[in-house]
Amino acid sequence: MASFVRFTLDGKTCLAEEGAQLVAAAREAGVFIPTLCNYPGIPPKGACRICTVLVNGIPQTACTTKVAEDMNVATSTPELEAFRKSVVEILFAEGNHLCPSCERSGNCELQALAYRYRVTVSSFPYLFPKRDVEAWHPKLVKDHNRCIQCKRCIRGIHNAEGHAIFAFGKRGDKVVINIDPDTSKDIDDELAQRAMDICPVGAILRKGKGFDVPIGRRTYDRAPIGSEVRP
Amino acid sequence: MPAIAQTVKQVVARYGGDATRLMDVLIDVQDELGCLSHVTAARIADVLGIPQVDVEQTTSFYHFFAREPRGKFAVYLNDSVVAEFCGRAEVAQAFEEAAGCKFGEVSADGVVGLFHTACIGMSDQEPAALVNGQVFPKLTPEKARELVAGMRAGRTVEELKGDQYGDGQNAHPEVRALVHNHVRRRGVMVFDHYRPGEALAKVVKMSSGEVIAAVKAASVRGRGGAGFPTGMKWDFARRAAGDVKYVFCNADEGEPGTFKDRVILTERPQMVIEGMAIAAFAVGARRGVLYVRHEYLYLRAYLEHVLADLRAQGLLGTAIGGLAGFDFDVSLQFGGGAYVCGEESALIESAEGKRGEPRDRPPFPVEKGYLQKPTVVNNVETLCSAVQVLLKGPEWYNRLGTEKSKGTKVLCVSGDCDRPGIYEVEWGFSVNDILKEAGARDVQAVQVGGPSGACIGPDEFNRVLAYEDLATGGSFIVVGKHRDLLKDVVLNFARFFREESCGSCVPCRALTGMAQVVLERIVAGKGTAEDVERLRAWQKIMRNNRCGLGQTALNPIVTTIQNFRPLYAARLAPGDPRFVPSFDLAAAIRDYDAAVGKG
Repeated sequence: MASFVRFTLDGKTCLAEEGAQLVAAAREAGVFIPTLCNYPGIPPKGACRICTVLVNGIPQTACTTKVAEDMNVATSTPELEAFRKSVVEILFAEGNHLCPSCERSGNCELQALAYRYRVTVSSFPYLFPKRDVEAWHPKLVKDHNRCIQCKRCIRGIHNAEGHAIFAFGKRGDKVVINIDPDTSKDIDDELAQRAMDICPVGAILRKGKGFDVPIGRRTYDRAPIGSEVRP
Repeated sequence: MPAIAQTVKQVVARYGGDATRLMDVLIDVQDELGCLSHVTAARIADVLGIPQVDVEQTTSFYHFFAREPRGKFAVYLNDSVVAEFCGRAEVAQAFEEAAGCKFGEVSADGVVGLFHTACIGMSDQEPAALVNGQVFPKLTPEKARELVAGMRAGRTVEELKGDQYGDGQNAHPEVRALVHNHVRRRGVMVFDHYRPGEALAKVVKMSSGEVIAAVKAASVRGRGGAGFPTGMKWDFARRAAGDVKYVFCNADEGEPGTFKDRVILTERPQMVIEGMAIAAFAVGARRGVLYVRHEYLYLRAYLEHVLADLRAQGLLGTAIGGLAGFDFDVSLQFGGGAYVCGEESALIESAEGKRGEPRDRPPFPVEKGYLQKPTVVNNVETLCSAVQVLLKGPEWYNRLGTEKSKGTKVLCVSGDCDRPGIYEVEWGFSVNDILKEAGARDVQAVQVGGPSGACIGPDEFNRVLAYEDLATGGSFIVVGKHRDLLKDVVLNFARFFREESCGSCVPCRALTGMAQVVLERIVAGKGTAEDVERLRAWQKIMRNNRCGLGQTALNPIVTTIQNFRPLYAARLAPGDPRFVPSFDLAAAIRDYDAAVGKG
């Protein structure tokens, strides 16, 4: 039997199951907290930091925070919104994100958040890193130019034996996501599709499937990100 | 490759085929094979039954694990700020000329490999290098040439070292290091008279609650820098559910300019381990792990020897101090070269064989730590304090220091001064006091607490070292007036943080690199006032990183903007601020010019 706890969300008293993830509980309560590295059903890893909120006045990532009795949460101060916009801008300047030529345009969470925060140009120095496109895999293409290192693929995609297919390599600004040649060898179309879907951007693509849904009819072409959450 | 297969099989068996012992496996395999190639990684993965990407996730994270052969002699020359002060550039050049290769390469004959490395904990005897794990301090260009000639003449590392060993236990038969302790001021906590087992003899007559009460009464706080109350930490772990608990000692001092753990582990390892046993008694742990940074691998045999000795004395193992049921033992865990592993949850990840990425908290290690069990992680010096508190009582301890900072602090003084080394002082000494004792004159700045601390100027030298004023983990770098503070110090630290970020949090991963880009621009005289403001503003973004490294990574820049603003102002590009002085028009159109046959 789950027990319910009372907590305050932007001044409003709400009820949630004890231990519920704050992102999900807020969504239930009609408050959208933007996320990038979070994905329902896989363990959270506060990596992108965009879901940072104030929990009892202290900045904390909402994806890794569990709701507790009397918790006081502020999700949308001007500082937090400015921080979120910065995260989006940093990601655009850190990698090579060229939306018009990207298979993921319209389904991309990073692009959708850029629209949400009205990013026209990044105010951070563009690094234009030299990164590879890996196309050796029979089913997948990994375009490192677009990767935002959110680790959703690492945490969410495993083979039938439960072994990892994706893993980090290196550290710092050289971090890359590698595909295991062995555990990824026999993945079926369904798992390949899951890998593509779990990627928030266009860094993991199924070969030959990038344009199955035409641009203009994609998720965020129809409605902006977060608009499905209504108070 | 039968050699690879054979070695991997043997080493993995040595660690029980346990994938959480991956760090040990990698260190030993690399020691035998010279590097960890793709083929070797695949083999290790196969034998451990884990994916190759997981093995390489760990190998590629740590600085000292190499994918390519590093030469018969792998020379890692420290490139920290203090090393540069001491003439590192000339030594590096001598190495390159003698070896006939650049840093990052191996000489054509495969004998010498040259590599840069971050602070190796020898700031009081720089320039220093690690050669196949052995320390060569106080290098000169002549010495570098001599070393390379010796390597080519077929000498072993032992032969290269010679027999002019350092002072104290550096000359112990199990150490035989050229390293010096340079203990300039002996305090009452760490470097006073000490006999192993005295504190434990008292402890076994107490209850765990009494031990914790004593540590709490003495208000011992963590000496790693953060200053968390030790008694409280122990109490949390004691109350945490679970019958298996661990005590970790954090000897992964990676903050540039810090070397106290090295000296304490050389001179007082028994005290550190006794502190671990006391912590184990207090929280109910049966296993301890002493996590030592990779740079101190030269102490491995010695520390194993000390552990065996303590077991023989009944101070480790079963029925410690004759008390039935008080069973506790300690094993060594070496790192692979990563500053971030000094953060306690990253250290635990590393000890579990993973990349050293800090964990999300809560849960804290005292609830879910090593292998998800309650784990106490204490700094080397903190454990020494605990030993003395149990031995001499909280009242004695509380008489030392200031109102809010009790006890002593071991400082590591380095840089532009006559007497660099270890100073154990009571909390409450001022920066001026230390400078005077260390023989520092014409001081431009002091970096207190290492790069993650603060860089202060003479108008603040009357401030005192204490948790309530200038908190420090121990690093104390003196910068003379003749130094170019921005170029020689701040830029070096910026590069350090860029290389040491684990890469998980977006702001830390990206802004450490971007800050370096902007700072280089300013140092080159092409920055603008807007660039300086931008760096300041980024600090706010960095505050939302997960761990202390990310939160403080811009401190060297931001504290110098705050305290040495004129140095920045003097370097800004002249001219119309509406233009971007760093934009090089000629370079930008060079390709075009070449393509159309101009220029």
